[in-house]
Amino acid sequence: MPDRIADIWGERTPHAKGTVWPARVDLHLDEGVEEQDVDRWVQSACLLCSNGCGCDIAVKDGRMVGVRGRGTDVVNHGRMGPKGLYGSTPWASSPDRLTRPLVHEGGRLVETDWQTAMGRIVDESKRLLDENGPLTHGFYTSGQMFIEEYYTLAVIGKAGLGTPHMDGNTRLCTATSAAAFKESFGADGQPGSYTDIEHCDAIFLYGHNMAETQTVLWMRILDRTRGEDPPKVVCVDPRRTPVAEEAERTGGVHLAPRVGTNLALMNGLTRELFHNGWTADVWVAEHTIGVDDLRKVVEPYTPEKVAEICGVEPHDLRRAAAIFGQSKSVLSTVLQGFYQSHQATAASVAVHNLHLLRGLIGRPGSGVLQMNGQPTAQNNRECGADGDLPGFRNWNNQKHVQELADLWNVDPLTIPHWAPPTNAMQIFNYAEKGSIELLWISATNPAVSMPESSHIRKILSGDQCFVVVQDLFLTETAQLADVVLPAAGWGEKTGTFTNVNRTVHLSDKAVDPPGEAKSDLDIFLMYSEAMGFTDRDGAPLPTWSTPEEAFDAWRAATAGRPVDYTGLSYDKLRGPTGIPWPVNEEAPEGTDRLYTDPVFPTDTDQCETYGHDLLTGGTVTEQEHRAMAPNGRAFLKGAPYTPAHELPSDDYPLLYTTGRTVYQFHTRTKTGRSSSLHEAAPDAWVELSEQDADNLGIREGDVVSVESPRGAIEVRARVGNVMPGAVFAPFHYGSWDLEDVAPDQQHRLANELTMTVWDPVSKQPCFKTAACRVTKVRAGDGPAPAPTTAASAPARKGSVPETAGGEPTTSEVLTETPDYPNDPAAGTAHPAPTGTIAGRS
Amino acid sequence: MPHLSTYVGLADHSEKTLAESFRAVADGHAQAADVFHTCHMLAQWSENHREGLKPIVERYGEDADVDEPERLHADGLAEVRPGEIGLLRDLQDLHVLADLVQTTWTVVLQGAQGLRDHELLDVAISANAETSRQLSWLNTRMKAAAPQALIVDPKE
Ligand code: SF4
Repeated sequence: MPDRIADIWGERTPHAKGTVWPARVDLHLDEGVEEQDVDRWVQSACLLCSNGCGCDIAVKDGRMVGVRGRGTDVVNHGRMGPKGLYGSTPWASSPDRLTRPLVHEGGRLVETDWQTAMGRIVDESKRLLDENGPLTHGFYTSGQMFIEEYYTLAVIGKAGLGTPHMDGNTRLCTATSAAAFKESFGADGQPGSYTDIEHCDAIFLYGHNMAETQTVLWMRILDRTRGEDPPKVVCVDPRRTPVAEEAERTGGVHLAPRVGTNLALMNGLTRELFHNGWTADVWVAEHTIGVDDLRKVVEPYTPEKVAEICGVEPHDLRRAAAIFGQSKSVLSTVLQGFYQSHQATAASVAVHNLHLLRGLIGRPGSGVLQMNGQPTAQNNRECGADGDLPGFRNWNNQKHVQELADLWNVDPLTIPHWAPPTNAMQIFNYAEKGSIELLWISATNPAVSMPESSHIRKILSGDQCFVVVQDLFLTETAQLADVVLPAAGWGEKTGTFTNVNRTVHLSDKAVDPPGEAKSDLDIFLMYSEAMGFTDRDGAPLPTWSTPEEAFDAWRAATAGRPVDYTGLSYDKLRGPTGIPWPVNEEAPEGTDRLYTDPVFPTDTDQCETYGHDLLTGGTVTEQEHRAMAPNGRAFLKGAPYTPAHELPSDDYPLLYTTGRTVYQFHTRTKTGRSSSLHEAAPDAWVELSEQDADNLGIREGDVVSVESPRGAIEVRARVGNVMPGAVFAPFHYGSWDLEDVAPDQQHRLANELTMTVWDPVSKQPCFKTAACRVTKVRAGDGPAPAPTTAASAPARKGSVPETAGGEPTTSEVLTETPDYPNDPAAGTAHPAPTGTIAGRS
Repeated sequence: MPHLSTYVGLADHSEKTLAESFRAVADGHAQAADVFHTCHMLAQWSENHREGLKPIVERYGEDADVDEPERLHADGLAEVRPGEIGLLRDLQDLHVLADLVQTTWTVVLQGAQGLRDHELLDVAISANAETSRQLSWLNTRMKAAAPQALIVDPKE
């Protein structure tokens, strides 16, 4: 009965290089429910991180009572992590679910019926359209809706209303991933696959604490590093995370660059490849463009120069470069340590450059995974409810816009495409000025998750903008809304979503939503109907009314594009496993990896963007792009390092950086309502190095004040494993569960301190580059509420009680490993140990 | 070479004006975070061009007294305009200034070629290329700002 709070990754199933990852089925049921009591199992996939583990939802008496990993699913081979096991279902029956619409009246929110609530929105919307047109409308969505909902919203926003102001919370988490792909390969789309883990000789994790952010993927890596012929791990992270420890254990390297200096480090690694002749020159000449410029850009970044900027030892840099340069195959993964930091797109593109220079792409073991925060986030990128056009189309390409206009039967001029769609930060800026007068926020909590959060709260609570919030709970954001709409969540509605390695899952409705809550799809359709949106011939827009019809419309929209869903259907997705796109006539069972040819979607008529200047974000024009004649070759693009926007000073001598913890997701809407997860990490904290703590006279558990030029938080200190000079704070903690705290007392909200500044290309805000000072407020009466099991462990092992106490779960290693379509190691499975595993590994 | 030195002077002077104007726009529109940071960075580029030009100025002298190019001098932006439409017009002014800088470098580049002056050629080529990047950012940013400013800019 493993306690998966104490034992995050569960039992190891080590196996040799090139063999199929063994299957292990993990299960958690609510207390008192046994497997035989379950009425039904409903097919789904977990959406509490971007791994997107295939699972079944247990239903008993009309309630979701647990989850079980799907042993046949290519993504997780049956495993689940602590968030998926403990956090998937408890929120659904939480007594504080929103069950009726609310409207703002007499200074507070009061319950009402749907007709009144939607009536208010539609009246306001029509009035604004009449007065000033569609640019008065903005939509800020989540990373947590389904394909059907994103695509429907994209059609309503872009063809019904015609507003360019649509973006999602995805801007805060995956925008750089998408931008980096577009700059290097011409279009979004993850080139690699999780199966690269079974075949690679080295794994590089850039700013990616995978052990905590994607626990099941980390299990997959551990099963390689603990098996025969293991890969070397290289970790780039300012904290000594479990990934860093594994790097040292496998003979790899832990590089801890100063916060905000990633690009200098990447330039140093790239230069080493050039100087040591570790470049595949013939391949590079055939399949890439820009190598000479790149060589020039990186030339100044000698290991010594990099040491000066990043604080990384020259011999560590050389060793890491040698591992990259000399391993037969390398898998790279990238996450927020790069995306939310300074020069985000340039640093992420540099990862592609390393792969391209060695020709390590499109082959098993040689992949790049630019990660996201959640599986559904990928769909916002694909469907175009964020700052993109549906189907990876180029807003700058008239033919692509015409394709959409034909699909929707509207005038192409209705579809705003004069410039890239407005990014989230700019949407809030317009809302602040009152030029966006209606802001519709669905399934996300910007009052906690955006940078400089007090500023965001001011914008939302002001009179200049009418705010609609659609969510499961009365979040910090919903409390500031003019109209609140109760939404159905995962398991309460049907839809599809796609994880990081392009695997599409169908999630079927398991139970009814509470009270009068409706699915996001139904809410959007209700709005468009009330608004009377129609196409050129007067037919309703959109034309569909069910999730399956919406999915079929989306499939049609992907025809001929790199993101090709045409071969998928709900029926097909009800099979044993999720299926990675492209799925079409040539690849009816889906595609494990892209660019096997290696031809990239860079052709001027095909690409999703003509590209940007990585330093300024200035766009490359169509003529300039055509003149380069990329014709299927990938771009090698470089940029010099520049110092971050806010550097430490006498007043604010420390670097402030934010991130996640293994037990929480987003702003804890779901995970905070699971007692196992909540108790494992109940409150915010900050991490200081031993050295800084000593200098400041701070001990474990002391209450400290952390201040930046923009705000302050008061939390307890963990004397931990962050590098000296840096301070780490988890970003999940807002105020919704603090009954004893006045709503204006945002004492633990990490984003009070972060800056309003974003990457010039991806427009992703920098959450990791502020300066701060730390002072002791009072002595603590116990350890910080930080977990001990992962990166926030105390510097001195055993100095505080170990985190534990998760409800019982079971894990069963399957005797026979199922067949996984597309797995390049198919047929190599070894018999595995059997039986239910008791106790901890 | 009286006219070359005039144009060297014009390059130096117009880069200075451009740098100052970028900074004025940055600080005047500081609430637009991307404008603030990018304009400061681009101002630095113009300063760097002037640094590169220094040894040349020492060699050829800098002459701003000749009548004709004097008329080409443009005034910088002393103060910025409020609101979205103000930002748009300020960016447009920067574009005009940067355009003057670029044509000046083009002219200097021709002169450098004629003189086979490698040092000047290097300075002019790299400055010219970076001015193109300044112009392309200004163009990108104006396109993004224009519809909102033209259609729904709230009254101040
Ligand atoms: S790894 Fe991610 S997707 Fe898988 S169970 Fe955990 S939270 Fe869910």
